Amino acid sequence: MWLWFHKLSSPPYAYRLATLLRPWFFWVAMALMLFAAYGGLVLAPPDYQQKDAFRIIYVHAPAAIMSLQVYVVMAISAAVGIIWRIKLGHAVAAACAPVGAAFTVVALATGSIYGKPMWGTWWEWDPRITSELIQLFLYLGYMALRASFDDTQRADRASAILAIVGVVNVPIVKYSVVWWNSLHQAPTISKLGKPAIALSMAWPLYTMVLGFMLYFAAVLCDRVRSEILRRERNATWLLETVKTS
Amino acid sequence: MQSSGLGALVRLVVARDLRLAVRHWDQVMQPLIFFAIITTLFPLAISPALDELRRIAPGVVWVAAMLASLLALESLFRPDVEDGTMEQWVLSGQPLSLLLLAKVVTHWLLTGLPLVLMSPLVGTALGMPESAWPVLMATLALGTGSLSMLGGVGAALTVSVRRGSVLLALLVLPLEMPVLIFGARAVDLAMHGEAVAGPLNLLAALLLFFVSLGPFAMAAAMRVSVES
Amino acid sequence: MHAQAETAAAEPQLDVRAVHLWRGERHLLRGTSFVLQRGELLQVVGPNGVGKTSLLRCVAGLLPTESGEVIWRGRQLHECRDEYHQELAYLAHINGLKPDLTALENLQYSVALRRPVMQQELRATFSRLRIDQCADLPARALSAGQKRRVAIGRILLTRASLWILDEPITNLDSAGIALFEECMAEHLRTGGLILTAAHQLLLQGRPGVRTLELR
Repeated sequence: MWLWFHKLSSPPYAYRLATLLRPWFFWVAMALMLFAAYGGLVLAPPDYQQKDAFRIIYVHAPAAIMSLQVYVVMAISAAVGIIWRIKLGHAVAAACAPVGAAFTVVALATGSIYGKPMWGTWWEWDPRITSELIQLFLYLGYMALRASFDDTQRADRASAILAIVGVVNVPIVKYSVVWWNSLHQAPTISKLGKPAIALSMAWPLYTMVLGFMLYFAAVLCDRVRSEILRRERNATWLLETVKTS
Repeated sequence: MQSSGLGALVRLVVARDLRLAVRHWDQVMQPLIFFAIITTLFPLAISPALDELRRIAPGVVWVAAMLASLLALESLFRPDVEDGTMEQWVLSGQPLSLLLLAKVVTHWLLTGLPLVLMSPLVGTALGMPESAWPVLMATLALGTGSLSMLGGVGAALTVSVRRGSVLLALLVLPLEMPVLIFGARAVDLAMHGEAVAGPLNLLAALLLFFVSLGPFAMAAAMRVSVES
Repeated sequence: MHAQAETAAAEPQLDVRAVHLWRGERHLLRGTSFVLQRGELLQVVGPNGVGKTSLLRCVAGLLPTESGEVIWRGRQLHECRDEYHQELAYLAHINGLKPDLTALENLQYSVALRRPVMQQELRATFSRLRIDQCADLPARALSAGQKRRVAIGRILLTRASLWILDEPITNLDSAGIALFEECMAEHLRTGGLILTAAHQLLLQGRPGVRTLELR
């Protein structure tokens, strides 16, 4: 197991592995997402209160879950990169950031689209949306810090420290936002809370989450491959791979 | 060869920075003036009526304090990095996290503490009752400490970036939002005569948390910044 | 006793092996290696931009290398970083002086960071470097050459065994250069090690002085 992990840290091996796995991740993800979409849009019965509008939850909730998960993956791989000096860790962290930011934007946009028919406003300061917004700022800050260093290695190390500081602060931010909101809210359920646990409604959600996760894995494979290409462009193993392919 | 003890190191850093501050009073005053100016913007932008201002006073004072503390961060590490002194600290063989912690504490004494002392004046100008003063000062005392620690980490990361002040704000403000939430809310509760123990304890816990982990993040970030 | 001294001399104090460094696109250091013993001076020479400063910063532990090792007294740099730095004095292009403190205060704070130091010792160093008149002036009032001498004073006062000096004689007049060479010679005599990067070769013709050319 440890030996495999060590092999994984070598860029040529990681490159080949990513190339191999990507189609699997992508097509299974597509299948799951289509299946979940069918289940959510067609099969699931309309909600008692919200009728068909609630269906956007099938995109909103997975996107919100992923936006946090990707941040954690980013922070962990950056930590691996800076503590054990494994370059691949930094490549993965760099690859994660834009994807995580995109998930956050999707979560915010779908949250807003959900809000308009339900409450008549394009924006509400409820805890979910507010913490998604702060999450977006954290991603943007990370990407801005990366971009401000010309040297890739320095950018890696500086942004790794930021990612670790950020991930430690995320629970604090989430708790404080919930606390902040609870002082004003009367309703007991969060406006964008998960729907009732009727199975017909729940399974498309879980399937969609799984589909999103695999889609993230596929996109990550693509992005890590191009990160490796960019970072190792002078290496001999790459020139040989390009020659033979 | 005997080495300097840890207590001696802290005293050295504090003495040096205080001496430098005395020779540059203007740099110490600037964030305070900024604090006053920002607070003045709100009555101008909203309304001169104290009743209306009173409702938003805790938030305004707190946001102004955050922005003033952000401005003050410029003078924390940049001069030392530019004249090569920070490089010598990194190479001193002494615990860099301790040196930087001492520096941030001194910086807080020069920029954060004056803000705390000024806050009743500013609060009164926005219609805050005297009964809220103790809580205002307590929350700002605890809060500006956290702002200095988080700001120190951000400053250490961005000190070698050209024109990095906006980037510093971008990185640090989202992390500081919990401090703002608890601090402003506590003052608001005090103004309505309600119990403030909850948010005050949370502020104290945050401060302890940041003080215990912040110096290590600062030292790691500083080593990266000082590379070239 | 004699055999002990011999084996101690045989083991290098500083061992730099196959250091590689990239600066953005450029492969700056390609497997640079050297060893340094007590009483030796190594001068790194080469054209501008070839990587002299970067090499010195890597050996000092400021700049992480892509690959390769820096070994101090048998231990890897990253294992014993603090102890290594306690034995190291580094002189960069910039002097490391705060403009608003007097020269004396500057040295007081820099040196006291490492070891307790008395005022007499600081003033004695100023005398040795012929800059007594500068001691109580703010650093911004000094000329470039005087500031360099103050920075050299810091190197002398830290009592480190390894000196890493980047262009040490910039802004020094010929008297200053001669003074500095004398300080270097004394340091080598007492078993110190020196690594410099300079355009002008120092202490030429002396035993234990080598050059390393970077291309």
